[in-house]
Amino acid sequence: MTLAIDARGLRKRFGRTDVLAGLDLAVPAGTVFALLGPNGAGKTTTINILTTLVQADAGTAHVAGFDVAAEPEEVKRRISLTGQSAAVDEVLTGTENLVMMGRLSGLGRTEARTRAAELLERFGLTDAATRRVGTYSGGMRRRLDLALSLILALPVVFLDEPTTGLDTRSRQELWSVIRSLADAGTTVFLTTQYLEEADRLADRIAVLDNGRIAAEGTADELKARIGGDVVELRDAGGELLVELPTDGTVHGLRAAIDELDRRAASGAPGVSVTIRRPSLDDVFLAITAGGSPATPSADGLARPELIESK
Amino acid sequence: MTTLVQTRPRLSPFTAEATFINRSFLHSVRDVEALLMAVVLPVMLMLMFTFIFGNAIDPSGGYVDYVVPGIILLCAGFGASSTAISVSRDMTTGIIDRFRTMPLRSGAVLTGHVVASLARNLFATGVVIAVALLVGFRPVASPLEWLGVFAIVGLYILAITYLFAAIGLAASTPDAASGYGFILLFLPYISSAFVPVETMPGWLQWIAENQPITPVIETIRGLLMHTPIGDSAWLAVVWCLGIIAVSVVWGAWLFRRKAGRR
Ligand SMILES: Nc1ncnc2c1ncn2[C@@H]1O[C@H](COP(=O)(O)OP(=O)(O)OP(=O)(O)O)[C@@H](O)[C@H]1O
Ligand SMILES: [Mg+2]
Repeated sequence: MTLAIDARGLRKRFGRTDVLAGLDLAVPAGTVFALLGPNGAGKTTTINILTTLVQADAGTAHVAGFDVAAEPEEVKRRISLTGQSAAVDEVLTGTENLVMMGRLSGLGRTEARTRAAELLERFGLTDAATRRVGTYSGGMRRRLDLALSLILALPVVFLDEPTTGLDTRSRQELWSVIRSLADAGTTVFLTTQYLEEADRLADRIAVLDNGRIAAEGTADELKARIGGDVVELRDAGGELLVELPTDGTVHGLRAAIDELDRRAASGAPGVSVTIRRPSLDDVFLAITAGGSPATPSADGLARPELIESK
Repeated sequence: MTTLVQTRPRLSPFTAEATFINRSFLHSVRDVEALLMAVVLPVMLMLMFTFIFGNAIDPSGGYVDYVVPGIILLCAGFGASSTAISVSRDMTTGIIDRFRTMPLRSGAVLTGHVVASLARNLFATGVVIAVALLVGFRPVASPLEWLGVFAIVGLYILAITYLFAAIGLAASTPDAASGYGFILLFLPYISSAFVPVETMPGWLQWIAENQPITPVIETIRGLLMHTPIGDSAWLAVVWCLGIIAVSVVWGAWLFRRKAGRR
């Protein structure tokens, strides 16, 4: 198995905070990898280091087989980046933006035009092709921004929160684009705040917390880590009242039900209880809340408690 | 999609530069207001100097002959500060990060801005000279000397534009970048551009005689009006080349080092 991204012990400090405190990553070639983490966790910083924009204070990183610090030019020949904020030229039209990037990627004039038209079509921007990007909506800008990264089929593509600001249809379009990229052999490294996205799209998921990878694996492996099912209590209107994770044992389930009783919340009319598999949201919240997710406390309830509405 | 992954091909020489020059030209012609300002403002300044201050400074009416070189340099100053703003805007919008993750020579983006600015400014210079001729400017230069005028003006524009492109990289925001532009609009006043250096107080004379604008002005004026040039020509060339060298090195360093700031 060749690794498209292989980072070891990455450290980065800004002022007095250690944003990355020994980050390790191993991303197999041709897979989709999602990096999750709360705001300010260091996701963008990680991408900046892997794309040669920022130098790590310590540690090494290889991307597409080359060291980002020692051979940045070789790395740059094999990657593209769509950053967190749109990197488009507002004065130029959509077509002009794509043709410019095509030329900078080594395409000839006509080749660049053809490719621009293809990508505009694919990202639903054909109607806006000859308009200045300054007049585009936020979502249109984002789509153009993504198209600009896909002019060539490069070995590794970095997408920093690619679907933020996209409507449902565009988001699903992009998901299918990303899947087909991976099927064609491109490694996709993305960050996202939408856990459903990571769940649906990513072969492997890592959660970044306190400057380190706190958990890593497939979506199922991560869900298994949190333990057992989640007990939900909902009122007559379907509104979530209490949500308790369990450790998956009968004892844990009983403890959760008892806990509901103790709060006298389950007796109200119309209140119903359901048991469901943990979602990635549960995993994410459990991991980033500072607790260690797979260690249930003595009463069989996994800590910390996830959500409780009033 | 069945394409296999590929690495970026190596670009043929100057492809990146040509692409960025094309980009900056599109920016120039689409920012009609800025383009208009770059031409109208120097022309208005010249008319003001000629008709309002001119008669007070030189009642014989020959002041327009004296002031044209200064106006040309002021005009170049406007152009350079607009370059600083464009470069700074690139830095803050994040588009620079896209370029920095591509295998491009670090100076290529700047070259685009600088070449477009050079073209804009030479055009504005032409307009200023044309209007000056209409209001009584009577240069005595031979065609060869005219060529010399455009060469030295071009060199000066190149120098300050490159310097301001680098300042645009260093500035924290486009607004800050435009602030630095005031230096260029101010320096010509402490030179022989508008009044002879001899009329200034002693300490100002020292500044005026040792700053780059005075030799450039004296060279242009000498070529146009056959006033004595002396050491000014080579001093002007040395100043300009020095500024270009420092700016290119500084700019490339800044470009490599600075991540886009947003
Ligand atoms: N150039 C910088 N100078 C100082 N601090 C920085 C710099 N870049 C990032 N930081 C800090 O590093 C931390 C991590 O930032 P980063 O942008 O990597 O987070 P993130 O995980 O991408 O967050 P978000 O989800 O909000 O995009 C933040 O606290 C941020 O303030
Ligand atoms: Mg971020």
